[in-house]
Amino acid sequence: MELAPSRLAPGDVLRIGAVGLSARKLRAALSGLGIAIGIAAMVAVLAISESSKADLLSSLDRLGTNLLTVSPGQSIFGEEATLPSSARAMVRRIGPVEAVSATGSVSTPVYRSELIQSTETKGLTTLAVDPSLPATVGATLADGVFLDAESARYPAVVLGSTAARRLGISRAGGGVQVVLGQRRFTVVGILDPVTLAPGLDTAALVGFEAARRYLDDEGDVASLYVRSDPEDVDDVQSVLALTASPEHPDEVDVSRPSDAIEARAAAKSAFTSLFLGLGAVALLVGGVGIANVMVISVLERRSEIGLRRALGATRRHLGIQFLTESLLLSLAGGIAGAALGGAVAAAYASSRGWEVVVPPVVLAGGVLAAVAVGAVAGLYPALRAARLAPVDALRSV
Amino acid sequence: MSAVLEATGIEKRYGADVAALRGVSLSIDEGELLAIVGPSGSGKSTLLHLLGTLERPSAGTIRIDGHPASELPDRALAALRARAIGFVFQQFFLLDGRSARDNVADGLLYTGLPFGARRARAEETLRGVGLARRLEHRPNQLSGGERQRVAVARAVVGMPRILFADEPTGNLDTNAGQGVVSLLRELNRAGTTVVVITHERELAESLPRRVELRDGLVELDTKAAV
Repeated sequence: MELAPSRLAPGDVLRIGAVGLSARKLRAALSGLGIAIGIAAMVAVLAISESSKADLLSSLDRLGTNLLTVSPGQSIFGEEATLPSSARAMVRRIGPVEAVSATGSVSTPVYRSELIQSTETKGLTTLAVDPSLPATVGATLADGVFLDAESARYPAVVLGSTAARRLGISRAGGGVQVVLGQRRFTVVGILDPVTLAPGLDTAALVGFEAARRYLDDEGDVASLYVRSDPEDVDDVQSVLALTASPEHPDEVDVSRPSDAIEARAAAKSAFTSLFLGLGAVALLVGGVGIANVMVISVLERRSEIGLRRALGATRRHLGIQFLTESLLLSLAGGIAGAALGGAVAAAYASSRGWEVVVPPVVLAGGVLAAVAVGAVAGLYPALRAARLAPVDALRSV
Repeated sequence: MSAVLEATGIEKRYGADVAALRGVSLSIDEGELLAIVGPSGSGKSTLLHLLGTLERPSAGTIRIDGHPASELPDRALAALRARAIGFVFQQFFLLDGRSARDNVADGLLYTGLPFGARRARAEETLRGVGLARRLEHRPNQLSGGERQRVAVARAVVGMPRILFADEPTGNLDTNAGQGVVSLLRELNRAGTTVVVITHERELAESLPRRVELRDGLVELDTKAAV
């Protein structure tokens, strides 16, 4: 007579696993919590970095990566070089260049009133600018208007965002004035922070003509902001130095401000890997916690193991039972952790005004990582349960 | 009558010096009710473990329901326990936090029977042992006698060819103990082969057949003596 083998249906495996855990709810919850914290940390870090990256990329999209700046470097004697006066016109002749704006450095500091001591410059500078500057660098106005062809010839000034704050001016117009040189200039506009040209934030901007007329400026060009056809940025970049200063191309610095933003994104991802590493450590500790709880569980439940063997369970059945408990524990921890991490990331991103990006692959990966940890953690306890001789298990009570 | 269990010259040694059983032969026919009795240290628990396939003999052969238990691999022994052997233990070994019905249904867990069918059979068996009103009670809501009845129900729910009861009254007061013994008698009358392992001479003498062990040998088998 052939003997039908012992069987344990997959549904029953899940059922006894769940029963085993529900009999020790608090302990299961605490050990699942370890996994949940690790997964939450990893999911939150990844989702926050995704959200922040999405924000940077969308701001790059908006600002464009086709802005180049040309500024004088140092001569071979280490002195501050200047751009030739022809530079602006020369650069404009490069085919793919769409717009060029110049700024010139004016040596006159800006003060809130005549009563301020001349040493209190608050770290602010004065720049002579073209009226086309905001369009070229993508600057927007927080208040008022920018200089136009008319106001560029009169004592009118536009303040960068930091400059306005340091001078204690929050609104343009209404007769607000600041002092440049011996003369009062009317504040006609205040800029928002300029991402691609942060040097403008700490500056008071006046027209070239006004600088020449009221501040005795010679009209030297310090920097050129160049907007090129996006397809030909690299080509334009390679010829800019020679075009701007044919005689001393080596004394010209050409840079691409969007590169700096991309570098910032890269620096952020370095932090991301650090936090990811911390999350991994938390996950590892959670895994050790599960292994610990399962080993104790096997010791405590020797009589149950013996009983199950007497009822006809094979070694494999008992191994699978304990492995299932550990997998269920880590699965629950993983799901809770992924949900918590996603929620934390969403809260953080929306508090920063970013678009909330929680990639599904990060959530799925978090749960999967938890289950993998549970499988490894449960392996040894499961083997111990499987190896226990039924007689020893029954005798130990 | 055919033999359900046949043990021939079985020995069990632990290490070189300790011999728990020193050559025991025993034949149990279908439908028998017998006691294996002896003082502690006589080897009766070891005999139970060997006959119940929880442990392998050092020497000798055991046939259960026609299967050569002493030669079968582990998996086959598990199958034999799942389908042909029932156990009742002194400590009941019920799972806390699970209803009487679920505990009894666990007796069929490894047979491959679907969940619903297991529960239905468990309910039927619990009614059969007089616990129709205790189906949903947890072990800690039951008296000692009731717990042992649940354990008996779990052991017989799969209709085993042979039932081993290891000191089934050991943790019970006299009254509850008598109740469990009469339950075992009832099951026997209904056709189950029952082996009771006990150290109580009084209980053993009340059963139709008595096998007395001493120092790892059969001292008396009332059946052979007849």
